[in-house]
Amino acid sequence: MNQKIKQKIAFFILFLSICLVVIPIVLLVIFIGIKGLPAINWEFLTGLPKQGMRAGGIFPAIVGTVYLVIGAVLFSLPIGILSAIYLSEYAKENILTRLIRLAIINLSGVPSIVYGLFGLAFFVIFFNFGTSVLSGSLTLGIMILPIIITATQESLKSVPYAFREVSLSLGATKWQTIKNIVLPNALPGILTGTILGIARAAGETAPILFTVAAFYLPHLPKSIFDQVMALPYHLYVISTQIPGVPDRMRYGTALVLLVMVLSINLIAIILRYQLRKKKRW
Amino acid sequence: MVEKKVEVKNLNVWFGQTHSLKDINLDIYDNEVLTIIGPANSGKTTFLRMLNRLNELQENFRFSGEIIFDHKNFFDFSVQELRKKIGMVFALPVPLPLTVFDNVAYGPKLHGIRDRGKLKEIVERSLRLAYLWEEVKDRLNASAFLLSGGQQQRLCIARTLACEPEIILFDEPCSGLDPVSTAKIEEAMQELKKDYTLVLVTNNVKQAARVGDRTAFFLSGELIEIERTDRLFTAPKDNRTEGYISGRFG
Ligand SMILES: Nc1ncnc2c1ncn2[C@@H]1O[C@H](COP(=O)(O)OP(=O)(O)OP(=O)(O)O)[C@@H](O)[C@H]1O
Ligand SMILES: [Mg+2]
Repeated sequence: MNQKIKQKIAFFILFLSICLVVIPIVLLVIFIGIKGLPAINWEFLTGLPKQGMRAGGIFPAIVGTVYLVIGAVLFSLPIGILSAIYLSEYAKENILTRLIRLAIINLSGVPSIVYGLFGLAFFVIFFNFGTSVLSGSLTLGIMILPIIITATQESLKSVPYAFREVSLSLGATKWQTIKNIVLPNALPGILTGTILGIARAAGETAPILFTVAAFYLPHLPKSIFDQVMALPYHLYVISTQIPGVPDRMRYGTALVLLVMVLSINLIAIILRYQLRKKKRW
Repeated sequence: MVEKKVEVKNLNVWFGQTHSLKDINLDIYDNEVLTIIGPANSGKTTFLRMLNRLNELQENFRFSGEIIFDHKNFFDFSVQELRKKIGMVFALPVPLPLTVFDNVAYGPKLHGIRDRGKLKEIVERSLRLAYLWEEVKDRLNASAFLLSGGQQQRLCIARTLACEPEIILFDEPCSGLDPVSTAKIEEAMQELKKDYTLVLVTNNVKQAARVGDRTAFFLSGELIEIERTDRLFTAPKDNRTEGYISGRFG
């Protein structure tokens, strides 16, 4: 009896903490949804900004964000996966690799404005890429690199050692084993990491502030050396820099960004679930 | 005397401070079934893993001594070639996370066979040899994890056979299995001994008596005695062997 009461209390506390996590998120989505929905229409999504961004659409910002995210992933996914493979499959355990691992973990805790300044110094000025899609993508790419490396390393590690041993015992080389057995089974985790990285890249303002984002640019970029508008920065601009922007435009922009990020996360969850279903160990 | 397939000379193996094999001298003849018996921690698995070169995956592994395989230095073969020629079946069945077909085709694909028809042929032959074909021929494309434990172990045998090895090492292949599955695997081994050299580690002394031509008795990393199976079981020379056998036969 006593145990049962204890159990109930424990469940109640767990339930409460879940509510504390879920309620603010739900409220946030509802709040933004109600306030932003009136702004959403075809012109808003596909049109150019007008009247000093007080009217018209946010199409350039949407496109800019998509470009930046694609660029960031193109850069960080191959490098991230390859370095994770090196770190967890090939590198010998020594002080150097331990330092590298520690550095990677710490990199994911670095504030994003620091990445922004780094991108400014390194890509914009040192490499002379200017404020451009290229600089912005590379900066975002570097920012999400630790996410991808950590996720990949973890999913590589989750592939049982026995599988590798069997593959090797049949005469496979190490690389064949990684390619045929380890990577395919690590894929769900790698994908999840990547998509979480994408969501992060899509939502950050600070890294693109000095490296790519245009205050107002009512046309689409023609090359990777052009500037673009981006959703998070646009939101910042119309919320703080320009007087007289109607409320619904601000919340509409926020809603678009929110829906983009949430649906990327949703894709991650579904993909993970689908791939998990297939595996049986 | 028949030809020597493998000659092990003064083999010592250490894992860190543990001296797991001590001065092992042992020959394996072509086409024989050599069974290895001995209590836990006597070094049986370590010996098999030496022949499949799996010990070296362990970082604290060291060894000394010499192994001759097909009259050549064991370590002159590339690791991959050697592991193909000397296949291993582990104590616990470990199917790869692939379909039944792809599990068996895994080795041949590694060794360069791409032709689908050829692969099918190899898969069927290997599964038949492992006494599994009839049970799985309708679900070759199902995940290997859907098979029962006994079927999984025979799948692992088929997978090793598909590499066309010359020697097959069995490490207590029946230890986790029921008597029916055990009987099937023994049946497969009876068939295999016609064409292959087999080394079978077993904790089942009766099994050793049933399938072995010769039997070696290991104790705390030492090879105590190696003899024709019938002789070792009826008239062991060393009284440690006798003690182990009589204890085992109860
Ligand atoms: N990777 C390793 N690291 C450290 N010690 C090891 C390692 N592998 C084996 N050993 C040691 O080597 C000795 C022999 O082990 P082995 O697995 O060969 O025994 P076995 O005869 O196969 O025993 P069992 O019947 O329990 O399978 C044991 O003392 C074991 O602890
Ligand atoms: Mg063992």
